Amino acid sequence: MSRRVVLVTGVSRYLGGKVAAALAAHPSAPEVIGLDVVPPHAWMGGVRFVRADIRSPSIARLLEQERVDTVVHMNVIATPRSAGGRVPMKEINVIGTMQLLAALQKVPGVTRLVVKSTAGVYGAGPGDPAMFTEDSSATSPPRTGWAKDCLEVEGYVRGFTRRRPDVSVALLRFASIVGPGLETPLSRAFALPLVPGLLGHDGRLQFVHEIDAVDAMVTASLGDVTGPVNVAGDGVLTTSQAAAMAGRPVLGLPEVLAPAATRWLTRLGAAELSFEDLRLLGYGRVLDTSRCRDVMGFVPARTTREAFVEFLAAHGLRGVRPVVDLLADEIGKAVVDAVGAGRDGARR
Amino acid sequence: MTASGGTPRRGGGANPVSLGADRAAAERERRRRRGTPLLGTPRRAAEQAPADRSTPAAGSTPAAGTPASGSPTPGTEPGARPRRTRPAARPGRSPVRPAPVVTPLRRDDPVETVIDLVAEEAGQRVVEALEATRPPRLAVVPDEPVPAGPEDDPTPPTEDLLPSPLADPDGTAHLRDLLLDAVDFVRRRLEGDYAVDEFGFDAELTERVLLAVLRPVYRRWFRVELRGGDRIPADHGALLVGNHSGTLAWDALMTQVAVHDSTGGRFLRLLGADLVFSTPVVGDVARRMGATLAASSDAERLLSSGELVGVWPEGFKGIGKNYRDRYRLQRFGRGGFVSAAIRTQVPIVPVSIVGAEEIYPMLADVRPLARLTGAPYWPVTPTFPLLGPLGLVPLPSKWLIEFGEPIPTDELDPGAAEDPMVVFEITDRVREVIQQTLYALLVQRGSVFLG
Repeated sequence: MSRRVVLVTGVSRYLGGKVAAALAAHPSAPEVIGLDVVPPHAWMGGVRFVRADIRSPSIARLLEQERVDTVVHMNVIATPRSAGGRVPMKEINVIGTMQLLAALQKVPGVTRLVVKSTAGVYGAGPGDPAMFTEDSSATSPPRTGWAKDCLEVEGYVRGFTRRRPDVSVALLRFASIVGPGLETPLSRAFALPLVPGLLGHDGRLQFVHEIDAVDAMVTASLGDVTGPVNVAGDGVLTTSQAAAMAGRPVLGLPEVLAPAATRWLTRLGAAELSFEDLRLLGYGRVLDTSRCRDVMGFVPARTTREAFVEFLAAHGLRGVRPVVDLLADEIGKAVVDAVGAGRDGARR
Repeated sequence: MTASGGTPRRGGGANPVSLGADRAAAERERRRRRGTPLLGTPRRAAEQAPADRSTPAAGSTPAAGTPASGSPTPGTEPGARPRRTRPAARPGRSPVRPAPVVTPLRRDDPVETVIDLVAEEAGQRVVEALEATRPPRLAVVPDEPVPAGPEDDPTPPTEDLLPSPLADPDGTAHLRDLLLDAVDFVRRRLEGDYAVDEFGFDAELTERVLLAVLRPVYRRWFRVELRGGDRIPADHGALLVGNHSGTLAWDALMTQVAVHDSTGGRFLRLLGADLVFSTPVVGDVARRMGATLAASSDAERLLSSGELVGVWPEGFKGIGKNYRDRYRLQRFGRGGFVSAAIRTQVPIVPVSIVGAEEIYPMLADVRPLARLTGAPYWPVTPTFPLLGPLGLVPLPSKWLIEFGEPIPTDELDPGAAEDPMVVFEITDRVREVIQQTLYALLVQRGSVFLG
């Protein structure tokens, strides 16, 4: 079999760059072409960078000339500020994907397409099932922001799958990705002095470590799984628990005020939470990852808790934890001093 | 910045994608709008800084920033607060602020001093509390091993207490372990160091706090008498189906205590209505206690992982019915629970609960108020709303809970779950068993409150 040629879009963004570099370093040594409109800021060994816009029709020509057989679409942006605002973000995400797929449709050599999506497409609400499988329908679908974009992107990808049945298409729906180098609306929320949440609701959260997310994209790109696949670290943390691990209290916002509150926070530059993110913090969302494990054959190396702990450590988020530790130690010592003369005083 | 310079150079080379000169302007514009995520690292560090600075101890930072204002006053003066007193009118201020005696805390004290002081204070309180409780300590032998965590304490409290008069004359070792355990529990709660499952179930909190609070209600208030506790499967999944009544779901909570205590610590995973989970706090507590949405996906997921699942198919029709309809079973849903049991091949255990009907005898249902508040019913009981919040105290009726003979479903084909005739037949059977048991239990109970 000839050497595979993989095209990765959005390589100048953090995860896109990591995926391209990881693909290039893979033992099967595929040829990796990185695509973006700006040059990458980190060196990606073995990746050939091509500067082009996925929205330009020249992509089809590039794909044919380079005999690309696999396309990994990473150019779906989660953070409006890094895209220059919500409007360009939507333009890049939705229109970009549409035009990339239009170009792909005309290139017979492409046999595999892998698209990064988000579990946000399931929405988050009180009427949700405890765990979402890939074929669960959203009971409260996302109405704004990145998750809405991804919902539309997934719609176009489904259309592409119908028109090009010879291309095997995989859609990876990631739980919240966290890591030392990555900044997402949700990770920024846990760096605020008070973690915003919904009053009286404590969502169940799942995280994926950025390295696991990259590995999952690589596994999917070089593998043959088709259809949507949920990717999340094992286990669950609740919002209050995650906030406690970051040593921060949760500020519960009444749901009627929540949309306004997220707008203020964004305007103040303190966070760029969308209303959907706040609903996630309030109602939570848990993924059934058995398809990822059994069909795709990928098990994230880190659990949800481990991923979150690594994220906290990398960002130095400890909050009031040292104080709590000290207080607990002191009270414990005081207890031992006061009643420690018991028969097994040396036990502890 | 190099967009205009970079593009033509690439275009002139062997680049297969020639973007064209007219695209360069659009390119530059796009590039300006589009951020540079990899440059995010220094920016993130800058943003991180304020958050970090404010977090370790919010109180101490302003002092660190203003060393000049703090330095002129000698640090030995406990009451001196130069920044406050100087600009304010002296005669008015000084009597208000007598020299603090107990805690010579000042704004510019380092965090460690504050922590030391608080810790000392807390330690002092513990010592005082202990002095107060020491004499009657042995007399108060708890008859339920509730507050101590049996799972992480190597010596269970009940065993510890019995031989203690000899080895541990004051019971202090036990008391100390209890206190240390409590301190450890609170610390782990504050630091998020506990496990929650995918449904949001917090086993430790349920066992140590929620069930511990409910158990006295179960034993002393409702004086629940349990029959057939041994019919609950000890090691595999089962669907417990009960009659629902009482305006507020005390019957579900009491059944949870009954199941936990008669199976040696198994948890009943309740299925609740949508309304439960969309209600703030209530939905959160319900999830922590192991409840989840009454949907077939959740029920089947729990049943196939071997859990005991509790369901009240009458729903709001049962719990919100008028007092005159007491012990008359309402429609049993659409039999979805039977389908779930057949599909997962687990037995159905009928649960008959007598006593919950009388805790809040509902005399009337104010429909307009219910519609206004979005509640399924708006009850008027002898005590509510007459006595306000006091009306929320349930009447101390005498309860009987009977677990019936399990109805097996494993001889049926899992495909039978799709057969409405089979499902209706089993639904009716379960309903009939519960109704008959209720009548029998009512006869046995005699008086409503004395039993």
